[in-house]
Amino acid sequence: MNSLADQLLVLCLLINFAVLGTSRLAFSVRCVAVQGVLLGTLPALVHPFSWHVSFIVVSIILVKGALIPILIIRAIKKAEIEREFSPFIGYIPSLVLGALFTSVAFIFAAKLPLAPEHEGLLIVPAAAATLMSGFLVLMGRRKAISQVLGYLLMENGIFLFGLLLADAMPVMVEAGALLDLLVGIFVMGIVINHISREFSSIDTSRLSALREE
Amino acid sequence: MMWALVLLPLLGAALSWLVPDNRRRVWVLPVFSLVHLGVSAALLAHTPPPSPAGWIWLDPLGKLVLMANSVLFTICSLYAVGYLSYRLKRPNRVLCASLLVCLSATSLVVISQHLGLLWIALEATTLTMAPLIYFNHNARSIEATWKYLLICSVGIAIALLGLFFLAYSTIVAKQEVSLLLPSLIRDAAVLHPGWRHAAFIFLLVGFGSKMGLAPLHTWKPDAYGEAPGLVGALLAGGLVNCALLALLRVYQVAAASTEGALFQQVLLTMGLISMAFAAVFMARQSDFKRMLAYSSVEHVGIIAVALGLGKGALFAGLLHMINNSLTKGVLFLSCGNIHRAFNSKSTQFVRGAIRRTPWSAALFLAAFLAITGSPPFAPFVSEFLIVSSAFGQGNHWTGGLFLLFLALIFIGMASTVLPVVLGEVPADLERTRYRDAAPTVLPPLVLMGVVLVLGLWIPTPLQELLHDAARLLGGEA
Repeated sequence: MNSLADQLLVLCLLINFAVLGTSRLAFSVRCVAVQGVLLGTLPALVHPFSWHVSFIVVSIILVKGALIPILIIRAIKKAEIEREFSPFIGYIPSLVLGALFTSVAFIFAAKLPLAPEHEGLLIVPAAAATLMSGFLVLMGRRKAISQVLGYLLMENGIFLFGLLLADAMPVMVEAGALLDLLVGIFVMGIVINHISREFSSIDTSRLSALREE
Repeated sequence: MMWALVLLPLLGAALSWLVPDNRRRVWVLPVFSLVHLGVSAALLAHTPPPSPAGWIWLDPLGKLVLMANSVLFTICSLYAVGYLSYRLKRPNRVLCASLLVCLSATSLVVISQHLGLLWIALEATTLTMAPLIYFNHNARSIEATWKYLLICSVGIAIALLGLFFLAYSTIVAKQEVSLLLPSLIRDAAVLHPGWRHAAFIFLLVGFGSKMGLAPLHTWKPDAYGEAPGLVGALLAGGLVNCALLALLRVYQVAAASTEGALFQQVLLTMGLISMAFAAVFMARQSDFKRMLAYSSVEHVGIIAVALGLGKGALFAGLLHMINNSLTKGVLFLSCGNIHRAFNSKSTQFVRGAIRRTPWSAALFLAAFLAITGSPPFAPFVSEFLIVSSAFGQGNHWTGGLFLLFLALIFIGMASTVLPVVLGEVPADLERTRYRDAAPTVLPPLVLMGVVLVLGLWIPTPLQELLHDAARLLGGEA
């Protein structure tokens, strides 16, 4: 493990806060895309060179750094919205909670029974913190696009944890998981498009016709 | 040969995408589902050995799910021909293609012995269902689709984290790193307990939300209520089995480790909670399709209770999985017919369906009796075996609560179903085009026949298969 990888992981953590603290959707999408690219370069730094690793690196950067952001930006343009209004959990509380979760992640990770070669790495706390931030965005925001971004942050956290087991995951499984993610975002983009056409808004709190009385 | 199960439906999907005509495209569905059924039957009769790397194999558990899914899908695709002829104005290209891709993904779930591959296939089934739920393109169905997509995607992502934990527990325990089922079962006892424990919980939550175990079932009433009847049948009878199979794979690993008892305890509790939720929400339900969703929550609960009880109840639980998926098929298809005939699914407007659609209403009534566990239908046998196994194990609380919930659910469901079928026909009834006809009545009728026969007599090969599968779960020595 080298210090460059650790610096990238710190950057990943900072990006969580950028997403938690902003209302501008396009900015959030870019943040998550940058995080995806960082995530994609990490396997190259953590593991020795092999065709397996280089394939993973290229495909993660392509999917998380380019294709998914393009899909979401297109959905934003079609829905003609720029900002998240009045989220369920405000930006300042989100940031405070994010900080809390991050510190808890660090304390928690120090106590986990990791394999000896993984002790003292930033990967596990970064994964846990990113996962929690993703949950926070998912639960705290009203707009469908913000919820998708929360889901993506969560996925990024899970991928970070997956760095610890690159040997266990065959190429086919990683590629399949990425493909599922891509198709999932594609479908979500279409659904968002339809929501905005049907409700002239993508505020998911308006989706309440089916509530159990 | 086993790859044919996955590739043939994909070919069908591509073909249905290319057919330009709405009316002709529909016929791709029954053709490919019948071929799929044939291939499945051939594979059940002569099972090829596992693939060289061990990723692909059809074990007894997989066989059971394959059998139930293939039969249900064939019935649904035959029904689709009749159903879609009433809805020719709505483009059905996406529907046909998605149905076949979904069949392919469910088959991949069934034959994969690698948990990573199984996860990918399960996520693919989730995604292909989204356009199907949205078939009606209105505000309510988009709401249902969004909830379904978000909750299931997050649930499945949590399951992926659980899989990572499981793989990591092999690293910490210095075992061979692999997510292949046989190697996980072999090493289960020596895996690192902390990570293994976390993995089981995450996998249970993840696959449980896909399966719709309470309290993770919130997407179910919306999705089942808004999807067309034929999609509802596949969701409640097909996809539930796939999620259950994923859970059974985890169960296999748990049973081989020291945590089997704890895992069973959690399943038992979640199963009873699901039944309780269903009993509460089933009463005074004014939308009869949503009512079926709660019935589905109830029945995944029943299966979870059976898995939690273990031992002899495992046989009954697996039998119930098949019975539930076949009976749900009849329920959703017949209630889809009634929905068409009245153009409403609210009990306020739909009354006395037996006059307007005698066959569909009779089937709905019969399937209601079957699903609530009345003899002589198949679910009675499996539910009876589960209850007697609970009392036989001395677990009187579980047995008693199980019976109580069944009784409450019977009353709740009857108070919705009986007026719909037998009530006084409202005076100012909307005129509709749909009346019972062979293409939409025969498929559920055949399925109902199967449910009746299975209640009276379980063929020996099926019985042996069920015993083999129960043995895989550690049920019988």
